[in-house]
Amino acid sequence: MTNTTETMNNDVTGPTPGQILWSKILGHRGLMFGSIVLLIIIVMAIFAPLLSPHDPYHQDLMARIIPPVWDARGSWDHILGTDHLGRDYLSRLLYGARISLAIGGVAAIISGVIGTCMGVAAGYFGGRVDNCVTFLINVRLAMPVVLVALAVVAVFGGSLQVVIIVLGLLLWDRFAVVMRSATLQLRSMEYVTAAKAIGCSTKRIIFSEIMPNIANNLIVIVTLEMAHAILLEAALSFLGLGVQPPTPSWGLMVSEGKQMLLFEPWMISIPGVALFILVLAINLLGDGLRDVSAPENRN
Amino acid sequence: MLVYTLKRLGLALLVTLAVSMLSFALLYLSGDPAAAIAGETASASDIEAVRHYYGFDRPWVVQYGEWMFNAIRGDFGESYYFKLPVSQLVSERLSVTMILGVCGISFALLTAVPLGVAAAVRPNSFIDRIALFISVMGQAMPSFWFGLVLIVIFSIKFRILPPSGSDGWQNFVMPTVVLGYYAMPAIMRLTRAGMLDVLGADYVRTARAKGAGEFRVMFKHALRNAIIPVVSLAAVQMGFMLGGSIVVESIFALHGAGYLAWESIGRNDLPTVQALILIFSLFYIVFTFLSDLLNAWLDPRMRVG
Repeated sequence: MTNTTETMNNDVTGPTPGQILWSKILGHRGLMFGSIVLLIIIVMAIFAPLLSPHDPYHQDLMARIIPPVWDARGSWDHILGTDHLGRDYLSRLLYGARISLAIGGVAAIISGVIGTCMGVAAGYFGGRVDNCVTFLINVRLAMPVVLVALAVVAVFGGSLQVVIIVLGLLLWDRFAVVMRSATLQLRSMEYVTAAKAIGCSTKRIIFSEIMPNIANNLIVIVTLEMAHAILLEAALSFLGLGVQPPTPSWGLMVSEGKQMLLFEPWMISIPGVALFILVLAINLLGDGLRDVSAPENRN
Repeated sequence: MLVYTLKRLGLALLVTLAVSMLSFALLYLSGDPAAAIAGETASASDIEAVRHYYGFDRPWVVQYGEWMFNAIRGDFGESYYFKLPVSQLVSERLSVTMILGVCGISFALLTAVPLGVAAAVRPNSFIDRIALFISVMGQAMPSFWFGLVLIVIFSIKFRILPPSGSDGWQNFVMPTVVLGYYAMPAIMRLTRAGMLDVLGADYVRTARAKGAGEFRVMFKHALRNAIIPVVSLAAVQMGFMLGGSIVVESIFALHGAGYLAWESIGRNDLPTVQALILIFSLFYIVFTFLSDLLNAWLDPRMRVG
């Protein structure tokens, strides 16, 4: 009965909840800006081999440190110039987007799986499980991320896989904290009690009653942690203990450009601005998703 | 309050124990420490002698117990690289990091709190937009890159500040800004949200109705309540910042504990790295403990949890 009246009301009053959500998404400037910029960067990363004018690894000692095209000494052959080994900066930048996105994406997924499992278990079961998880979160928060990541990468050697795994294993804390409190709120909801009363299994309650309702929180944290992982990778690579040369990582490009800081400041500006734009876009997307999905904005 | 304090203290001690085990485990992850100390040209019997001298041939529980027992007394062993006691090395460098941390958090509070208050007083105004802009920038800008940009502007273009070293107060200006800027967004958002909440409260309306001046309402009635969560956030941020100082110190070659950690990792100097991980973790644990107590003291409802 209630359902039919609601559908009728919707027919009379206009847009469905889905339409309202879409108009909200399209009307949110930060969200639109963030997702468009991120989409452009993803497309550029996927089509890097087609878009880049040169091989990002090709060294040309005759063409070292050519400034970008807007400088008087620049040329259209190397639009963003070349680095200290004569490699084309634009090509390295495009390939570097792949590294950043891969690290951010995969690390966020690993930490998301770990953190969500722990958080949901803690929130749903409570008691000892909750105490255990809270303790683990406290231990994780107490460890200085950059220092531990540097030390572990130094031990296992800096490769893409090691950096991704280390960051994935270090960044689950926010997932666990948010998922725990979200599940805690849901646990006492009537529909969860109802599911328990009709004899649903724990697995079914968690996957069909709880997970769909915390999915929007999860997406927001995934974006924020992705940005966090990208910044950390860049910092590790900048300190020389992340992705190793000659891989084109943006953090590494800043670190290599640092030698030329005095005369060629553009060498750090270009990869730095690229990092800034990517992280800004992801953060705006995350903040926007939070605004759109916040319960108080639903009606 | 006493029960709550004891509970928190117990938790803090347990966390310390777990972190100490993890940082000790790092030694075992890294392969054979005896071979690392003996060097690449050492023979098998040399390595065996080194292993016996440092006690690496004993069970790990004994080694951990000894390390922990000594660490409690402030003895973290000898640095492989400097051949000096780690505690002496660290204590020399720690003061620089502490100064940097205190300056950084003061900078963050002194800029973020006024901005947050101003933004809350006039939501959606020009100043609110500026505050939002600064906080969005702060979250997206890589700290190492921000540091380099500051060096280009203030050390190379204008030549007012030294780019590296740790000789005088001038060396601390840029690191303070970089480290403080990192903590600003969270503090500003919390101040703004807290002020918005408080400004709508009944007691603020009552104060206005009594005819209290706007300045008095803002600072005596509103800010005093809105600032409580900010203080505890600042304590937690301080713990994070000390751990994060490693990046900032290495950009500006500021000879603090963070820089020492970076150098020691590069040199495979494990006793120093272990000690620094434990010390940085301890700072975080102590600061969160203090902030929990402060919260509980100011707000009795917190004591139940």
